[in-house]
Amino acid sequence: MAKPKVAICWLGACGGCDEAVVDINEVILSVAGAVDLVLWPVALDYKYDSIRAMKDGEIALSVVNGNVRNSEQEEIAKLLREKSQIILAFGACACFGGTPGLANLTSKEDIFNWVYKDAPTVVNPKKNSPQISTRVNGKELTLPDFYDSVQALNDVISVDYYLPGCPPPPYLVMYALSAVLENKLPPKGSTLAPQRALCDSCKRNKSKPERLAVRQIKRIHEVEAAPDICFLAQGIICLGPATRDGCGESCLNINVPCRGCFGPVEGVADSGAKYISALASILDVQSDADITRITDQITDLAGYLYRFSLPSSILKKRRG
Amino acid sequence: MTEKITINPITRLEGHGKIEIFLDDKGNVDDAYWQVVELRGFERFCLGRPVEELPRIMPNICGVCPTPHNMASVKALDDLFGVEPTPTAKLIRNLHYNAFMVEDHLLHFFILAGPDFVLGPSADPAERNILGVVNKVGLEIGGKVIEVRKRCREIIKYIASKPPHPEGGLPGGVPRGITEEDRKWMIDTADFSVEFTKFALELFKQIVLDNKTYLNLVLNDAYKLNSYYMGLVDENNRVNFYEGKLRVVDPKGAEYALFDYHDYTNHIGEWVEPWTYIRLTHLKRVGWNGLNDDKGTSIYRVGPLARLNVAESMYTPLAQKEYEAMFDILGGKPSHHTLAYHWARLIEALQAAEHMQRIVNDPLLTSKDIRNMNLKLGKVGIGCVEAARGTLIHHYEADDEGKTTKVNLIVATQHNAAPICLSVKKAAMEFVKGAKVKEGLLNMVEMAFRAYDPCLGCATHALPGSMPLEVNIRDKNGSLIRTVRRP
Repeated sequence: MAKPKVAICWLGACGGCDEAVVDINEVILSVAGAVDLVLWPVALDYKYDSIRAMKDGEIALSVVNGNVRNSEQEEIAKLLREKSQIILAFGACACFGGTPGLANLTSKEDIFNWVYKDAPTVVNPKKNSPQISTRVNGKELTLPDFYDSVQALNDVISVDYYLPGCPPPPYLVMYALSAVLENKLPPKGSTLAPQRALCDSCKRNKSKPERLAVRQIKRIHEVEAAPDICFLAQGIICLGPATRDGCGESCLNINVPCRGCFGPVEGVADSGAKYISALASILDVQSDADITRITDQITDLAGYLYRFSLPSSILKKRRG
Repeated sequence: MTEKITINPITRLEGHGKIEIFLDDKGNVDDAYWQVVELRGFERFCLGRPVEELPRIMPNICGVCPTPHNMASVKALDDLFGVEPTPTAKLIRNLHYNAFMVEDHLLHFFILAGPDFVLGPSADPAERNILGVVNKVGLEIGGKVIEVRKRCREIIKYIASKPPHPEGGLPGGVPRGITEEDRKWMIDTADFSVEFTKFALELFKQIVLDNKTYLNLVLNDAYKLNSYYMGLVDENNRVNFYEGKLRVVDPKGAEYALFDYHDYTNHIGEWVEPWTYIRLTHLKRVGWNGLNDDKGTSIYRVGPLARLNVAESMYTPLAQKEYEAMFDILGGKPSHHTLAYHWARLIEALQAAEHMQRIVNDPLLTSKDIRNMNLKLGKVGIGCVEAARGTLIHHYEADDEGKTTKVNLIVATQHNAAPICLSVKKAAMEFVKGAKVKEGLLNMVEMAFRAYDPCLGCATHALPGSMPLEVNIRDKNGSLIRTVRRP
């Protein structure tokens, strides 16, 4: 029997998700033996045209990481969709837009102005800025154009499964790969990670008082956080209540709070809204003035709520 | 008739970087450009974020070299809050950092550069990748490559959470200490790293130096660039990845500048060209003199070879021996041979492994004194480290609430952007004659920039073992004559 064809591909990404695939360590050698890797730009040869030449649905699984910021990324996403039976959105950027999605809070013009004009090290007497097409000594050089905003993968193609995380942890990567190889996949549209919230598995949960009563918000550098006590009980913003479990608590283990890279829990579309309601229920407030006093202590609420998920949030800014 | 060859490594797929080579009417190379075609705007979307969160956001610039971004960011916070990390915190940060340097440098050698040397520059592209290397050197060595990476990354995970996205680091310290119990396995890891890195250097000698064809390739003028060099050095002018002053040497090896990195805006300029998204750094006081390495050039290089050229010695004894041997064989300092970056990279990996060994045996490592809480928020914080690929600067400014008001970043691949353009042009001039180019020769053009390990994720990372390659040959009107591509 022919081995199933698998593609691994990055779009607007940092390379960390490809490192996460390598992080399954020696298992990678047996995976490489069990499947026919038809595309993996980070490690293997380029086979873009052979993908084009394939029949629709010829690829069993395409693992796609990164968000979509330009037309080329959209084009390859669509090509892989056409040729693949299963598309797995891999990592926070593909699932929700990721941290670079915070760029949707600013504009392309603003970025250009800083980078090519205002930054203190810029030397630009000719007032140059990158152009889609330039003639240099009579020769044409071209650059791709960029969309005004960052999009998640399912904004441009339909996605069959989601594996969140920045990046996804090795055990879930192995779980996802073996679920495909053994044909034991859950219904389409599923997220291949636990359904509950991070708080439900957190070791610090035992330390949580019956009723949390937060009177003051503290920032992580201002306090020496206790290593075994619930961050929220210490007044430190932790996204645990509204974030899907499954990361292996690696941030909590080094004594820093959750920032939400696993996205919303099952059945919740917007983790920010969910977090606001969770937070409201644990504030120790007597009056509206109390609420204002405490919430004013949260510097950059949007940056906490949507650190990894702005493009897929209710606040998202779509391309015009 | 002008013809244009496009080496489009990953661009058509991901839109990160490409090479354009123009031929004159005789079919010789007239000009070549390496273009970075992506921009993500971290300098802008980090504005308004609480400054203490930046070490957790900046690693997303690049998941292949996230540790340097995390560390430069944390050091910028130390500076912004006017605080020195405790001695134990500094040890822990350096352990994290050196563990990263070992695994990243080795990953580069075996996955990226290795295939060109182990299998040969003209080997079948289908074989010229890490799996081909494993086939050639054997599963046992392949397994050790995986093992050393895995074990170093366990240290990173312990200290900083996820290795592709470290989340640790606070102004004045680290969030988690190390126990005596855990020190034990860290000692084993450091010992294993030293042994494996020594072995990797031996392998390099056997495969490259003992092979005349390869050695001649390393010494070939096509892979030579007469540039300045920049890198951090300690008070004894030794290679230091974590701290020190920035030293610049001129193309003859004489000290051109030695400065506190807080002063970087007086020394480093970023030139803007309309044909690339990356800004081309150069020595500001010399002034931009275009893309050339002739007399009057303002171009400097960073990264492993640059650091060894800039320093007067290594920090550790075994690495020092290798450093001396390297410059002996290359014919003295500074060495302008671009392919020697691979060699320098392994020597640095050895220093990092030896340094790890020193740290894990330090009694202070397990002290509980991991935070200096004496924080006084100032206005400006600048952090600088030597990333695997070269000097990295994070410059932040904040308001009275500690919200970020300004971010300026200068990343390693940016310093090397102009040199990469030039190196590619030189190699193309040597190896490309006419429109009918053999694949192996095109790979030799790629080798010119692969030596830098250009991090296109910091300008978007490109790691391919066998760089994807497509060459379009066009006439001067832009019509396609023929396409050369890898099978």
